[in-house]
Amino acid sequence: MAEQPDRADPAAGTERAARPGGPHGTGPAPLGLEYAPAPESRAVVSLRPSYELFIDGEFTPAAGGGELTTLNPADEEPLARVAVAGAADIDRAVAAARRAYEGVWGRMPGAERGQYLFRIARIIQERSRELAVLETLDNGKPIKETRDVDLPLVAAHFFYHAGWADKLAHAGLGPAPRPLGVAAQVIPWNFPLLMLAWKIAPALATGNTVVLKPAETTPLTALAFAEICQEADLPPGVVNIVTGAGDTGRALVAHPGTDKVAFTGSTEVGREIARAVAGTPKRLTLELGGKGANIVYDDAALDQAVEGVVSGIFFNQGHVCCAGSRLLVQESVADDLLPRLRARIERLRLGDPLDKNTDIGAINSAAQLDRVRELARAGADEGAESWSPACPLPERGYWFPPTVLTGVTQAHRVAREEIFGPVLSVLTFRTPEEAVAKANNTPYGLSAGIWTEKGSRMLWTAERLRAGVVWSNTFNKFDPASPFGGYKESGYGREGGRHGLEGYLVHA
Amino acid sequence: MSTPERPAADTPDAQPHLAAAPEPGGPAPDRLPAGAGPARLAVRKTYKLYVGGAFPRSESGRCYPVTGAHGGHLANAALASRKDARDAVVAARAAFAGWAGRTAYNRGQILYRVAEMMEGRRAQYAAEIAEADGIAADHADRLVCAAVDRWVHYAGWPDKIAQVVGGANPVSGPYFNLSTPEPTGVVAVLAPQRAPLLGLVSVIAPVIATGNTCVVVAAERAPLPALTLAEALAVSDLPGGVVNILTGRTAEIAPHLAAHADVNGLDLTGAAPEEAAELERAAAGTLKRVLRPRPDEDWTADPGLARMTAFLETKTVWHPVGR
Repeated sequence: MAEQPDRADPAAGTERAARPGGPHGTGPAPLGLEYAPAPESRAVVSLRPSYELFIDGEFTPAAGGGELTTLNPADEEPLARVAVAGAADIDRAVAAARRAYEGVWGRMPGAERGQYLFRIARIIQERSRELAVLETLDNGKPIKETRDVDLPLVAAHFFYHAGWADKLAHAGLGPAPRPLGVAAQVIPWNFPLLMLAWKIAPALATGNTVVLKPAETTPLTALAFAEICQEADLPPGVVNIVTGAGDTGRALVAHPGTDKVAFTGSTEVGREIARAVAGTPKRLTLELGGKGANIVYDDAALDQAVEGVVSGIFFNQGHVCCAGSRLLVQESVADDLLPRLRARIERLRLGDPLDKNTDIGAINSAAQLDRVRELARAGADEGAESWSPACPLPERGYWFPPTVLTGVTQAHRVAREEIFGPVLSVLTFRTPEEAVAKANNTPYGLSAGIWTEKGSRMLWTAERLRAGVVWSNTFNKFDPASPFGGYKESGYGREGGRHGLEGYLVHA
Repeated sequence: MSTPERPAADTPDAQPHLAAAPEPGGPAPDRLPAGAGPARLAVRKTYKLYVGGAFPRSESGRCYPVTGAHGGHLANAALASRKDARDAVVAARAAFAGWAGRTAYNRGQILYRVAEMMEGRRAQYAAEIAEADGIAADHADRLVCAAVDRWVHYAGWPDKIAQVVGGANPVSGPYFNLSTPEPTGVVAVLAPQRAPLLGLVSVIAPVIATGNTCVVVAAERAPLPALTLAEALAVSDLPGGVVNILTGRTAEIAPHLAAHADVNGLDLTGAAPEEAAELERAAAGTLKRVLRPRPDEDWTADPGLARMTAFLETKTVWHPVGR
């Protein structure tokens, strides 16, 4: 960034608006024009200094009194202190969820459950700007994305599942499918409120009650959602939010009082959870890591492909389990595609996540930044050529420039391990068979992309890719009606659509 | 022939009617009755493994005695080793792309062919399970008929399951969006320890109908019907490696399959209750899809979809719509 962080920008509307500076294209501005700062006001959010757990319809302190501080990753400024739930708190939350399940929610007519979910969907729509800003503050992702992607999808997810609540007998799961009971749900920090919606909406629609743990670095929108539950007069105990870090999650997952565990996060933790659940009667769904391949054939519309490749890896700073983190480009067009790709990346604007022009926001945490740096370095050490646009980074906060690694082989760590950051590994192929073999050469199987103008080749390729979601001539599209989930070590079970209901119902 | 030579006094489990009514393909006494010409020494069958479409012995050279329900010796079955299990996984993996890539119609035809092949050998299967389980001949025949009918049932599924569990998704945008079920891959199946034929067919058929390939550990106590089933599979145009059958100690072989990195799914139906949790933990290492054992499984009931959907993945393909 050319500018130093402006510590008292009146345009931001509050003295806490420590922005790392407006976003700047990393190359020469088109037509010599420069973007003026366009910050979204954070006045719409009123942060409390500290937040308690949400159990049985009430905000309540953690028994152990522990707290963690959640930061704005764009400037490392503390946003709030948040309670850390311990074993006693998990006990209370699970007991509240059980009471709510047995006393109210599990026996409520589906139509009535649906009414609550419709109500929640509407409140989310009403408060969507506030939630978008809060998400951007806590997560570091651009307001453009929280406002235009996360929040609309969150509301849509509740709206979609609200409509299922009284139609479960028609979901193809038997004439009278039953809920499981209490669901323990643990979600990651990359799409905090959206992942909450993916977990809570289907669970509630199917008559289950939940205890949900948001990620330690992004708890705030989940707590705002707790307020929305109060505002919607949702019966106490139907939704319980317990904040904390890994220990809290482990205690929740291992708690014997639940009937279902749903987890989105890393494959490593997913394995740990699958081990913990083994031997219990609990149902388990896991949505884990990925190393998605984006295949660009020689007949692809290259400019469109470039847009898709860029959105595939730089959307949400690459903090996307289904990111297209491996570009597989047909050798004959690699020399044509790569300069276009670099030129496009030079136009990406990295900086203040609250600026409406920002394309790339902050890395979510110091720990994640370390991991991205470590892997990017490993790529260079193993012989890949690293390229980033001229891209000054803000001095404060956690930042990593968009990075393209070329000359990557399948043996390189950057081709095998999930980086979960804005780092693209480029490999080439000669034949469709080779593209498929390389795309499938990973223990993961979450997403893949195909770029070709030839329909038969697209379908041939899609058929052979071992991945749960295949985007052809598009990428990173999500919809509540579209099942999402992985093959192989990317987890099991689906979220969204009719398929997503299955993970929360017992066949009649 | 499946009936080893035994003095009649030592075989309380022998069913007189079985010896009395030999038919083609069915059990026969070791020696033809006196008066039918010179006594003939029966040719006994060596029971081996079924791997990659062939019938190898265990690489370990080991075998174990298989006894009938009342303790009489029936045969020596191969005692499969860890290496046999790994060879079977290699065969199953090699067969996967071809089998999954067959048309659904073709897979259905082949499953129906298995039923046809079994139908002609019903008496042989009935004799084997009567000996293994000590049940009456008519009961055994009903179970064999049910097993044949189960193949027929699943022969109809391959070209229907995609319409039942897949479909178009009405996404909010100009996109074609279609979800399709696809086979999980290589599935390790621990066959039920009871119901050595009907239960066995009931766990294999749903796995392969949808395009998976499998490595089956036959019922430890009663492995012979599984090997005779393999003889029907081998002449049913089922490509070698789609079904691989191991005999031996379930507790010895299963942990290697549960932890095997090239196995994608694990059916624990035949696991001992005290071992199932440990096997599920081992399977967590590579996030296998695990079908837990159900103690009260009724093999005569309508099988439903659950055994198929347990080893199906849902693939969702998007494409923009535009001019």
